Amino acid sequence: MRKGEIVKVSGPLVVAKGMTGSKMYDVVRVSEERLVGEIVGLAGDLASIQVYEDTSGIGPGEPMYITDEPLIVELGPGLIESIFDGIQRPLDIIKENTGDYITRGIEIPALERDKKWHFKPVVKSGAEVDPGDVIGEVQETKLVVHKILVPPGVRGKIKSIKEGEFLVTDVVCTLEHEKEKVEMTMLQRWPVRIPRPYQERLAPSLTLSTGQRVIDTFFPIAKGGTACCPGPFGSGKTVILHQFAKWADAEIIVYIGCGERGNEMTDVLLEFPKLKDPRSGESLMKRTVLIANTSNMPVAAREASVYTGITIAEYFRDMGYSVAVMADSTSRWAEAMREISGRLEEMPGEEGYPAYLAARVSSFYERAGRVKTLGKPAREGALTVVGAVSPPGGDLSDPVVQATLRVVKVFWSLEDKLAYQRHFPAISWLNSYSLYIDDVSDDLNKKTEKDFTNLSREAMKLLEEEAELQEIVRLIGVDALSPEDRLVLEGARSIREDFLHQNAFHEIDTYASLKKQHKMLALCMFNYDKAREALKRGVAFDDIVKMDMWNKIARMKYLEESGMEKIDTIRDEVTADFDRLIKGDATDKETGRQGDNETTKRKGDER
Amino acid sequence: MIKEYSSISNVAGPLLLVEGVSGAKYEELVEIYTGTGEKKRGRVLEVDRDKALVQIFEGSTGIDVQNCRVRFLGKTLKIGVSADMLGRIFDGLGSPKDGGPSIIADAMIDVNGAPINPTARDYPNEFIQTGISSIDGINTLVRGQKLPIFSGSGLPHNKVAAQIVRQAKVLGKEQEFAVVFAAMGITFEEANFFIQDFKKSGALERVVLFLNLADDPAIERISTPRVAFTVAEYLAFTKGLHILVVLSDMTNYAEALREISAARKEIPGRRGYPGYLYTDLASVYERSGRIKGKKGSITLIPILSMPEDDKTHPIPDLTGYITEGQIILSRPLYRKKVSPPVDVQQSLSRLKDKGIGKGKTREDHADLFNQLIACYARGKEAAELAVILGEAALSDVDKIYLKFSQEYEERYVSQGEYEDRTIEQTLDLGWELLRMVPRNEMKRIRDEYLVKYYDKKPK
Repeated sequence: MRKGEIVKVSGPLVVAKGMTGSKMYDVVRVSEERLVGEIVGLAGDLASIQVYEDTSGIGPGEPMYITDEPLIVELGPGLIESIFDGIQRPLDIIKENTGDYITRGIEIPALERDKKWHFKPVVKSGAEVDPGDVIGEVQETKLVVHKILVPPGVRGKIKSIKEGEFLVTDVVCTLEHEKEKVEMTMLQRWPVRIPRPYQERLAPSLTLSTGQRVIDTFFPIAKGGTACCPGPFGSGKTVILHQFAKWADAEIIVYIGCGERGNEMTDVLLEFPKLKDPRSGESLMKRTVLIANTSNMPVAAREASVYTGITIAEYFRDMGYSVAVMADSTSRWAEAMREISGRLEEMPGEEGYPAYLAARVSSFYERAGRVKTLGKPAREGALTVVGAVSPPGGDLSDPVVQATLRVVKVFWSLEDKLAYQRHFPAISWLNSYSLYIDDVSDDLNKKTEKDFTNLSREAMKLLEEEAELQEIVRLIGVDALSPEDRLVLEGARSIREDFLHQNAFHEIDTYASLKKQHKMLALCMFNYDKAREALKRGVAFDDIVKMDMWNKIARMKYLEESGMEKIDTIRDEVTADFDRLIKGDATDKETGRQGDNETTKRKGDER
Repeated sequence: MIKEYSSISNVAGPLLLVEGVSGAKYEELVEIYTGTGEKKRGRVLEVDRDKALVQIFEGSTGIDVQNCRVRFLGKTLKIGVSADMLGRIFDGLGSPKDGGPSIIADAMIDVNGAPINPTARDYPNEFIQTGISSIDGINTLVRGQKLPIFSGSGLPHNKVAAQIVRQAKVLGKEQEFAVVFAAMGITFEEANFFIQDFKKSGALERVVLFLNLADDPAIERISTPRVAFTVAEYLAFTKGLHILVVLSDMTNYAEALREISAARKEIPGRRGYPGYLYTDLASVYERSGRIKGKKGSITLIPILSMPEDDKTHPIPDLTGYITEGQIILSRPLYRKKVSPPVDVQQSLSRLKDKGIGKGKTREDHADLFNQLIACYARGKEAAELAVILGEAALSDVDKIYLKFSQEYEERYVSQGEYEDRTIEQTLDLGWELLRMVPRNEMKRIRDEYLVKYYDKKPK
């Protein structure tokens, strides 16, 4: 192995001489401790290296081993249910080997080497295969069939392929290409900074339902789409991402904890195995890959963690799955870039971030998408990316937020004002947007009822009207409003509190299927329409707000998925109640008594 | 092999540059002997070929370029730890300051520590009763949590912290607990307040104190929390004690960090603080928590004063992104003589959901605090309206909410400095206040709890 010599150490940045012939982003091993590093700059025979581990005790004169290989990830059976650090070292196995703390210079392969998998071929020998072709399958977990693909760049005629129990490093298939023999194992390697190839990009048209009402109904995300949720601390970014990881109808989830709290990863690790997937009834962990590079782990590995995560996701996308990647938080990733850039003494752009920040952010999000994959049989895969952004002080003019908003199509704006009122998810319905609404509206209506998108538009209009009216109320008080306008406020309040507000920690409320969402929203709007009609027919505003209906509607979110039909019952009750109210009012009018208001009030009390 | 050099070429602020060095390592500990024989300590911040950049803990007073000798010790900063440290007072680098004997170390441990493997962590879920309603009821503290107090000059953060230390207990369990207190740049009076309070409550023999006061060298402060955590980790995970770490004041710590960064001519981030402030703070805060299979735990309460009460200032901002919530003290409440003046709306405990409920506090706790906060928020809105339009312009329901929010501040949030409320008292008080509001407004509470608690007539 070629060797250089360290000349400078400054935190995670090390400079070595004698590095001629090395390429950018090649991996090196630093000193006799063999810390992992990556070349981020070359000048003459000097190379600047970002080191993925703590560099205390390293000094000039020590060796630098050159591997001549870029930073790669291992892809194959064993990824699901694993937890890796930023450079794909398995944290659970590190714990078994070195104890509760992460020490330095650990070299453990990402995929378990002594576990046997049952490989079932799906092609016969003699078949011609091309890159991306499925040659066999492994039942990795109850939820995931791991398809073994011909790696990009490999093709030929199958000489032999066998079924049986294999290690990931065993040869399962041999190919012949132009008289040369190629051996294939279940294990593939791929450089993290290069997107995996596909045949064709497709436009997103299917909705990725998340079970979160404000997202699915108002700001839906498409399979293969991109979204971001910026917000100040305490606004619930992580809870939204966790909810997404739990309930999104993707087949594979890759969760990247990038520079965030250690306890949050522990939470995922302890909670996910206990949660059941609402569609299959299996444990959610059986479709999840975790990347954890917490805030106190080395900063350079944090920079690599998002690439490690998205490469693993692309690999599953190539099998034809719908994959969702969550990155919490991309701000920490950008900060890691800033720190390395600062130590490289590069000229800074905005706020000290490197000038290439926006380019890196956009090329990361651009790895999302719905694609036609390489190879036979023809498959479609989708890779959805959701990133949290943590701007300082919640200020959206932060360069990371701005760079992100330029590329993503869905913006969930988290507001601390809502969080203080404990309105969760604290997604602002006025500032957020989804550019997929038109793309996915057919799919949404198909999955629920024809009027779903119409309802959501109507409801949004009501919320906007409310915002305008609130301005007036703030100036001159609610009494100055007409009864119609006051009813708008009540209707919007009902949508906010009974529909948008969703308690992630409530065992039923945490997830609402699209069908339930439709029923709930339809009832809110139906009730509002009825109320408006009643008002028009002369019922007093005070009597309408006093009705018990508002209470019943408030409780519909706690109805179980299986008991959804009860919402229809409430709807019938609403109709009956309003009919009675209108009739009662009409009778009063007909008899022409004085103070009919009083009478209806008494009637309301009786009920 | 220990090497000594007298080739200092440059002294700038707390940094000095030594040339002609061979074999220096990053983070290596150095000793500096001034011409008068005084010994100072420092560490290597950067090595570039034969030049080593050294940060002096005690400041550079008395250092010259001719007579000073620098000795590279070939090891990183380590501290000897022992259970005998309980009840003792140390300086910011861990040397005894109380005139007592030096510590016979059970182990020598690197102060920088190592990151806890996320798979080794155990989730914090044991409720700590602090006896303060606004914390227990709304922003519940759990064992292994990091919950900072965001305060401002002139606000009683020290009293709040002292009250928590005095009253904190885990229900139904008598377990050994101890306090590690690290003072960074606070005044003698503030430090003395804590010492006297520990003495009064008889807790002093269960406290390890690290004092770097306002007139002590500022650069030493960078090591103080790390030294304190090293001792805390030893006591918690080797000796099995439950440790409460109190760091005061993190603002002074961050300023020392900025001083070093400026002296190194690094590109500054926001407000001149270095770009790696987040990472640096995380390397301190993240050392708290619980570890699977270990008896002890570390709970962290850092105190920081927000310049101009500005929550978006980099120090509180980045702290909030690392810690699991925050207790924010409010100046308007303090003016109203609410004690402790906890801003209930802006404060948050992220781990409360796992620490409350049946078997921990009480089944109704989660619904109750959601409803209390929602009602309080509505009451505050009404109060704002009342300021502009007068109370008469409010609707009847809003008037009730307004009254509720006032009562809530006066009776629930406000309690004496020495009033220790049990969790039942706190919860029952919550229900008592909620009964002011009509039952059909209780949208966040399950029916069964309404029947069981709301409808129950007060004794």
